Amino acid sequence: MSEPCAVIGIGQTHHTKARADVSQFGLVREAASRALADAGLEWRDIDAVVIGKAPDAFEGIMQPELFLAEALGAVGKPMFRVHTAGSVGGSTVIVGSHLIEAGIHDRVLVVAYEKQSEGNAQWGLAGGRSGGIGAGGAFAPFVRAYIERSKAPEYVGWQVAVKDRLNALKNPYAHLKIADISLEKVQESPMLWDPLRFLESCPSSDGACAMVLASPAAAAAAAAAAAAGGSGSGAPPAWIAASSVRSELGFFPGRDAVRPQAGVDCAHDLYRRAGITDPRREIDMAELYVPFSWYEPMWLEGHDIAPLGEGWKMTEQGETEMTGSFPVNPSGGVLSSNPIGASGMLRMAEAALQVRGQAGEHQVHMHHGRALGQAYGGNAQYFAMAIFTAAQPA
Amino acid sequence: MARREIAIVGWGQTPSQRRAQASEVQLLFEAIDAAVKVAGITRRDIGFTCGGSCDYLTGGPFAFVTNLEATQAWPPIAESHVEMDGAWALYEAWVRLQHGDIDTALVFGSGKSSPTDPGALYPQQLDPYYLQPLGIDPVSLAALQGRALLETGRATEADFAGVVAHSRQAALDNPNAQLRGTTDVSVLLAEPLVRDPLRRHDLPPISDGAAAIVLAAGDRAREISDHPVWIRGLDHRVEPHQPGMRDLTVSTSTTLAAARAGVSDGPIDVAEISSVFSPQELILRDALGLGPGVDVNPSGGPLAANPVMSTGLIRFVEIAHRLAAGDGGRGVAHATNGQCLQHNMVCVMEAP
Repeated sequence: MSEPCAVIGIGQTHHTKARADVSQFGLVREAASRALADAGLEWRDIDAVVIGKAPDAFEGIMQPELFLAEALGAVGKPMFRVHTAGSVGGSTVIVGSHLIEAGIHDRVLVVAYEKQSEGNAQWGLAGGRSGGIGAGGAFAPFVRAYIERSKAPEYVGWQVAVKDRLNALKNPYAHLKIADISLEKVQESPMLWDPLRFLESCPSSDGACAMVLASPAAAAAAAAAAAAGGSGSGAPPAWIAASSVRSELGFFPGRDAVRPQAGVDCAHDLYRRAGITDPRREIDMAELYVPFSWYEPMWLEGHDIAPLGEGWKMTEQGETEMTGSFPVNPSGGVLSSNPIGASGMLRMAEAALQVRGQAGEHQVHMHHGRALGQAYGGNAQYFAMAIFTAAQPA
Repeated sequence: MARREIAIVGWGQTPSQRRAQASEVQLLFEAIDAAVKVAGITRRDIGFTCGGSCDYLTGGPFAFVTNLEATQAWPPIAESHVEMDGAWALYEAWVRLQHGDIDTALVFGSGKSSPTDPGALYPQQLDPYYLQPLGIDPVSLAALQGRALLETGRATEADFAGVVAHSRQAALDNPNAQLRGTTDVSVLLAEPLVRDPLRRHDLPPISDGAAAIVLAAGDRAREISDHPVWIRGLDHRVEPHQPGMRDLTVSTSTTLAAARAGVSDGPIDVAEISSVFSPQELILRDALGLGPGVDVNPSGGPLAANPVMSTGLIRFVEIAHRLAAGDGGRGVAHATNGQCLQHNMVCVMEAP
């Protein structure tokens, strides 16, 4: 009843604090045009558009997909707007992949964006009131609880901050480029939300990401066109071997907010669907949603990639560096680029880039041709995860 | 690839009302409780959940996060959310059910319009670069649409009033409607204009409310329900946002979606359409190809109750319960999104 979904085009903008050179139209088109060029397709080839972004309050436009319909080439086509908090970029890819897998469409453009410079995310997060604690304020207690539970030394957070910023130097699209980043520099940066320091936190970025998803027939047609000297990068597709979403209530007595059950369930469902029994060994690399440094070890444990209490040791021992046994966020991650609504899709797109061998300077070695993309949101209660493979799923 | 048969097997809605005392999540509890009760299952039996809501109605970010409470998402559930009318949540769930690994889904839409001022709110839904600076508001856009329709000669102001009179009369039989009563065209035409050529009654009421639907696939639907209402066709299409880029007197996206949903493949007995302003009912009847014999908006439609974000899903609820009760064999539900019918969904349903 279901057929596999291929990723045949990937595009993203140069992410930065303020893309004053483009409107929201221009921002989404920049990413989408690059994804189409990668796939060797024209706007008219797309059957449907799925767009995701974080709260509308961030730009101050209610349901902005409506005014973006023309810019996204959606006129006369189905257009769909997803919103699942921080996980939205990941969910948007999954909603788009369902349209392919269900056989509804052959070529779907998925797009996610945020133009934070046209609004104020802190204000938006606080519902237009002053005194909001921001995402860092919401997550800091969970991070403190993780450190207390795991007995991890405080420099592990600094290590993640340094590693992701060094990786970002290899990614031409990354927002933050801090060439002189060091443990000392992170340690000396101001404390924002104890224990999270300024340099352990994500930036506010303008940016967009887009992917072209295709049925096996459409993927084969694109490959044939590229091989015949047509347009397109000719890069092999990445296949969505499995995807999963899970949500849970954000507040209730006894809730484990450090290792939320929804994240555990989502990972287990994902691995089962992908036929993975030992994620640490069978997955080559992961792009995890790490907006604050400590979320790297927290998700390594939260998704059973590392045993409980062992996630931080992977970070400490350099296993999550690009040259390590399980690279995490070679793109530089959310810590280096955070166009919020797009941040989840960037995780998916970067995982797919690695599988396709398109990651350039931040390409890591792929043993199994299998990568993990993950995004989370809300009060660490929404999860969207996907496994991308070089081999077409059976 | 053959489509899996999907049916509506449960439905619920709250009465639409101005300034509901209940919170949005309480309204949703009521609608979901009703829907799972009609289906005769529990929330635990649901394989996939999808909601539709709008942050801007709530006035803050993450309206849907609180709404999750009404699904009782513990243990965790497979769930998604659209920043659109609940009708699009139904579409996402219908797609998800095609995979074949799950057999049931819960969809809902909810919103409270009365805590906000629609006149201040909806301009923020318009293009911030070219439309918002003009100071134009949706009622003015709807009036432009109405004026354009009058100028084609296809309708008169009396026709608009006729739509309203029918809506109020039909709503007498709808316990969930907000505006109902017997009136006539001459009385309505004597009312003052709000935005020429629209009078207050040509505008929808400000409503709070929620709706929910349970979907089930194939044999599971037959097992759950003695009266599964089958979704035979479902499609949606969008048009340009700029009103100057389209002919406002027709709805090309509705026509396209209707063709793809197979509206004309058989006779239609009943239709529930999201004509939020009275002229839109005339435009949509034409776009859907509904002849004079079709019972349109027997519930009274959005002019009798317009709980934004569930207005579209309620069209599905109204058709489903009628077809399940044997009141018609084939029906159409229509949902819209954006201003002047920018984005439209059409669904063809058949009785058990």
